[in-house]
Amino acid sequence: MNYAVFIWSAYGATAVALGGLVLLSFVARRRVRRELSARGLDRPREQRAGTSR
Amino acid sequence: MPSLHFLANPARFRRFCARVLPALSVVTALAVAVGLYWALVIAPPDYQQGETVRIMFIHVPSATIAMGGYVLLAVLGGSLLVWRHPLAALMARATAPVGATFTAVGLITGSLWGRPMWGTWWVWDARLTSFLLLFFLYLGHIALSRAYDDADRGDRAAAILALVGAINVPIIKFSVDWWNTLHQPASIMRLGGPSIHPTLLYPLLWMMATFALLFVLLVLLRTDTEIDRRRLEAAELAA
Repeated sequence: MNYAVFIWSAYGATAVALGGLVLLSFVARRRVRRELSARGLDRPREQRAGTSR
Repeated sequence: MPSLHFLANPARFRRFCARVLPALSVVTALAVAVGLYWALVIAPPDYQQGETVRIMFIHVPSATIAMGGYVLLAVLGGSLLVWRHPLAALMARATAPVGATFTAVGLITGSLWGRPMWGTWWVWDARLTSFLLLFFLYLGHIALSRAYDDADRGDRAAAILALVGAINVPIIKFSVDWWNTLHQPASIMRLGGPSIHPTLLYPLLWMMATFALLFVLLVLLRTDTEIDRRRLEAAELAA
């Protein structure tokens, strides 16, 4: 039996699952930050209050 | 506990994440690179299992983190229901998909290890079945927390599921002792010390630490995003 197929499949599946989750997490964070920035909500509350006065 | 209370404030938690996440990302990436080289190149083949023992370096850590992640989910559920911890619901929402992914990796790599070693992809023995149930508990938590229009109700329902489902964690751990299973008995965390040779044990422990770092990184990152997402939803409601 060719064991290499099982070993590389296991490492490949792990890379896809965990690497994909890391990538999706960073992309989601960037998207939410961009939306917050577009609404001017990316700065702390005190700073925003200072600007609006 | 004082450190947990310190991080209970979302603003303080975000400042903590801003300081910790960049360094943690670099350390985790380095640990993954070293771990993969150790597991795939340096570690010797096992005298019985041959090269397939290399699957152990990802299967055991992912399964261990999957169970640890569910314990965290139950603690967060308890914190939400008892103390109404402001960050517990957000961290639970962040933790469940991460735990589900680690559980899926444990199931897939276990199956890929079982086929050459046992001659089958799957058996309905106590260890494998209870571990599959863990995966469904994670999926249930994700579904339940998003099932209500009122996010707080969803978080409380999911917290109850997390607490009830926690009974499955010791069942997974001790299933190999309580029942006659195809899965091998514990070989690391057991009375009398690990039964694995040091040349295989050390890379395994390294990979367990690496997977733990990756889990912490993902949970912190996703919790930070959940806080931002709640701010965005609050702004949309106010508009």
